[in-house]
Amino acid sequence: MAKNSPKQKNKSYSNIGFNTPVPEHPSLNEVYEDTPFSEAFWTYLNYVILNIFGWFRDLLRNARIENRKGSAENNPPGFVPLYQSYESFYTRNVYQRIADCFNRPIGSVPGGTLDLLERVTDDYNWSFNFTGDKVKTINLGSYNYLGFANNSGQIAENVINSIKTSGVSAASAAQECGTLTQHRKLESLLAEFLGTEDAIAFGMGFATNALNIPTLVGKGCLILSDELNHTSLVLGSRLSGAVIKVYKHNDMIHLEKLLRDYIVSGQPRTHRPWRKILIIVEGVYSMEGSLCKLPELIELKKKYKAFLYLDEAHSIGAMGSRGRGVVDYWKCDVNDVDILMGTFTKSFAAAGGYIAGKKELIDHIRIASHAQTYAVSMSPPVVEQVISVLNLLIDENEEHEGRQKINQLAWNTHYFRQRLTKMGFIVYGHPHSPVVPALLYSPSKIAAFNREMLKRGVAVVTVGFPATPLVLGRVRFCLSASHTKEMLDEVLKHAEEVGDLLNMRKSKLNPKRPFHETEL
Amino acid sequence: MGSPVNRDDIARLATDFYSLLESFKQTPFYHLIFEIFLILTVLWLVCFRKPRPIAKKLTEKEKQELIDEWQPEPLVPPVDTNHPALNVRVLDGIVGKTIEIDGRKSLNFATFNFLNFVGNQRIADKAIQAVQKYGVGSCGPRGFYGTIDIHLELEERLARFFNFEEGIIYSYGFSTIASIIPAYSKRNDILFVDEGIHYAIQKGVEASRSTVKWFRHNDINDLERLLAEQDKHDKKNPKKASTIRRFLIIEGLYMNYGDICPLPRMVELKYKYKYRIFMDESVSFGTIGQTGRGVTEYHNVDRQKIDLISSTLEYSVGSIGGFAVGSSFVIDHQRLSAQGYCFSASLPPLLAAAAIEALNIMDEENSGLFETLMDKSKRLHKKLLDIKGYRVLGEDISPLKHLSLANSLNTIGRLEYIVEFAQTRGITITIARYLNDEHHLPEPSIRLILNVEMTDEELEFLCTVLQEALVKVTA
Repeated sequence: MAKNSPKQKNKSYSNIGFNTPVPEHPSLNEVYEDTPFSEAFWTYLNYVILNIFGWFRDLLRNARIENRKGSAENNPPGFVPLYQSYESFYTRNVYQRIADCFNRPIGSVPGGTLDLLERVTDDYNWSFNFTGDKVKTINLGSYNYLGFANNSGQIAENVINSIKTSGVSAASAAQECGTLTQHRKLESLLAEFLGTEDAIAFGMGFATNALNIPTLVGKGCLILSDELNHTSLVLGSRLSGAVIKVYKHNDMIHLEKLLRDYIVSGQPRTHRPWRKILIIVEGVYSMEGSLCKLPELIELKKKYKAFLYLDEAHSIGAMGSRGRGVVDYWKCDVNDVDILMGTFTKSFAAAGGYIAGKKELIDHIRIASHAQTYAVSMSPPVVEQVISVLNLLIDENEEHEGRQKINQLAWNTHYFRQRLTKMGFIVYGHPHSPVVPALLYSPSKIAAFNREMLKRGVAVVTVGFPATPLVLGRVRFCLSASHTKEMLDEVLKHAEEVGDLLNMRKSKLNPKRPFHETEL
Repeated sequence: MGSPVNRDDIARLATDFYSLLESFKQTPFYHLIFEIFLILTVLWLVCFRKPRPIAKKLTEKEKQELIDEWQPEPLVPPVDTNHPALNVRVLDGIVGKTIEIDGRKSLNFATFNFLNFVGNQRIADKAIQAVQKYGVGSCGPRGFYGTIDIHLELEERLARFFNFEEGIIYSYGFSTIASIIPAYSKRNDILFVDEGIHYAIQKGVEASRSTVKWFRHNDINDLERLLAEQDKHDKKNPKKASTIRRFLIIEGLYMNYGDICPLPRMVELKYKYKYRIFMDESVSFGTIGQTGRGVTEYHNVDRQKIDLISSTLEYSVGSIGGFAVGSSFVIDHQRLSAQGYCFSASLPPLLAAAAIEALNIMDEENSGLFETLMDKSKRLHKKLLDIKGYRVLGEDISPLKHLSLANSLNTIGRLEYIVEFAQTRGITITIARYLNDEHHLPEPSIRLILNVEMTDEELEFLCTVLQEALVKVTA
């Protein structure tokens, strides 16, 4: 795991790190503790045992000694099998054992608390039945950073009015007959909020990346993308046809080396100069909880004349003293970032994505974007939700709801992270990011932590391979402005219990302490 | 000239030569081998080895110069401010049978509102109830507390509507088919694709990185020819052929042309050449067939023979999103490997509620919606043909038709003029918009869409306006 050591500077090609602009408030360093040897050992052993059992069960299934669960092919024999059996080995033998931890259906607003539909399984997670009961839990799994997921209040009233006056959909593409006055209003409000010249909104965050990166870069261009970038960015880069090179996560020295090497050597084989170079980063990385190093990136981009694409899916609304994302957090100039992208699903509790930047950029996207030409435009009630939230966030008054929520989230983040770290958990990520991953390492602990917390009334998200590296399974807490101090205290107490049960609190940097001793 | 060569010299030479040969016999064996090896090496070096160029290493100074000299293109190319995408009509209010632009109403023949569900009161009420129960956003992907019970209900209803085992919903129509195809078809597989498919399907085909074989639009003979070629190729290497999956990607009713695919013959060929059929019924769902169940109902084909039917909730259903239905064996795979499903937030509950209510209305026994729609389409088709001067593309029962002018007259400029003229007379129509990198760019055309609630007088009015426009534009 990457270590945070300033001593690595002997390999720098330029003076990055020595003269970088210092933001107004000090950025606290991210700390990634080394994996304890014992954990790595037990995790690998865990996987070996799972593999042996999996191989053995597959043998039994092929010999028809064990009944094959799950469905079978409809077509007569002679067709090439639809799935290779080795491709779904992991699904059948590892994922299926812990499938009850994922895809849990809910029956209420995904707010600070959540109503889960209780389900039971008779055949070891191959099929589920609902008992009809609901389990009330504290919700640490939904991306509801600012707590705007509500079914009552002024915003919900606005949404209901907009359904009555504009219907649920326009049923036409934006370039044909699908542009409504609300869309224009949303775009101008968004540009005002972010401080850019213009903005454009789409109906799905994933599609915003996948359908618009091909309009910006094409054959003959170079894309430098961070190791941990989201699937939508990877898909968009692949569909564009440009050459993609990956640099180590947040490693500016590696990025600079790649920039220098690739500008000098040019396009592969023909060695023609590149048409454009695009650096793609995210604001907050959802699995690590880390922030991108924006001041250094901007300096690099200016030095080498590259373009910067910043995906603020998780950071818009959640980071920054005014809620305007990592650009606001690092106090950088928003005109330095060429393309600002974000989604409305997380902090705005709606659905959709946006791109903001200079007017020429947005005009080009209006003409050339796949989504504007072929896909149906955003649904009016969803647009209304985003407009209402934007109005609240633009309001600078400290007494009003927008600022209160931003401050509450910042306080929650600080409080929760401090106490969790002091209790001895190994926590990754930046101290100010509302995404808090605590390491679990082995797949069995992933399942156990999830189920034990559910028994105690807390809904968490635990992830393992392939979303994370093989050895680094983790639980990811998503904090929200709708969590009160009491809720967080309850979660921490339960986490302490379960952490002891699973022997998780093994941090060497912060030796474990009981809950009551970690008061701030 | 030296002394004349005489017999003695020759004899001496012969003796020398003979003793040389004798000495060869006396040398150790390894020495001989070594000498032969050396001779062969010299021969090879002289005759066969090409001189390798010495790799140039650039100095730091040269590298810095290259870096300083390099200039990128501007991020975006210069933009034409007169491009139609920058001067779109901005609408207000409900985009239903009539729409309002700048305060003036006009009849709507442009949006995909086949069954006039946009603005329907029942659907709006259900959507409002969903907002009051669940809020607006679902705040998470399906795997992490984004699955709401209303999603499960919608999936079940869709599967029941088509009489399939399972359904799966996506939160965006474009991403549905674009995520489904790469989930099944990988680099080694073969896709037989119709040339006239929609752009979203083209993106799915591109993202899958499979081998693509395009056949001419709706030309079943061309498809058979490609299949026969592939079959011949397979027989040469049957072991490899047994690892290559084959898929046929078609649409039920083609959006770019308005015609229906020849499904029965394609299903026959499926069992002969052993490929799977993925059919996209975005336009034909809710418009074709006695009960709106699409092309399988129209052609009277057993639906279970189609491996996967994908469609959208954005056209006839009047909500947002997309879905796919099929057997559990096929559909379940997408829950872990379709990118647009796993890595994206789920559909907002109010849109799912709207879709469920729309399905309820479609399911009602004596609505007669679909027969009315097919009937009116037929009548409109005849009326359009009567105008004489327009080329009308599309089946007569299809509610989506493409109008274009005859041959050389057919330019975007003239079509734009017709659209503007119609707007001044109170009819909203639109030109079908395409991007230039379509695989098979269709001819410019006006895409006419029929709303089931249009009356006969309104259809007559449409034809009158089109007639007048035609006269003006060809004058």
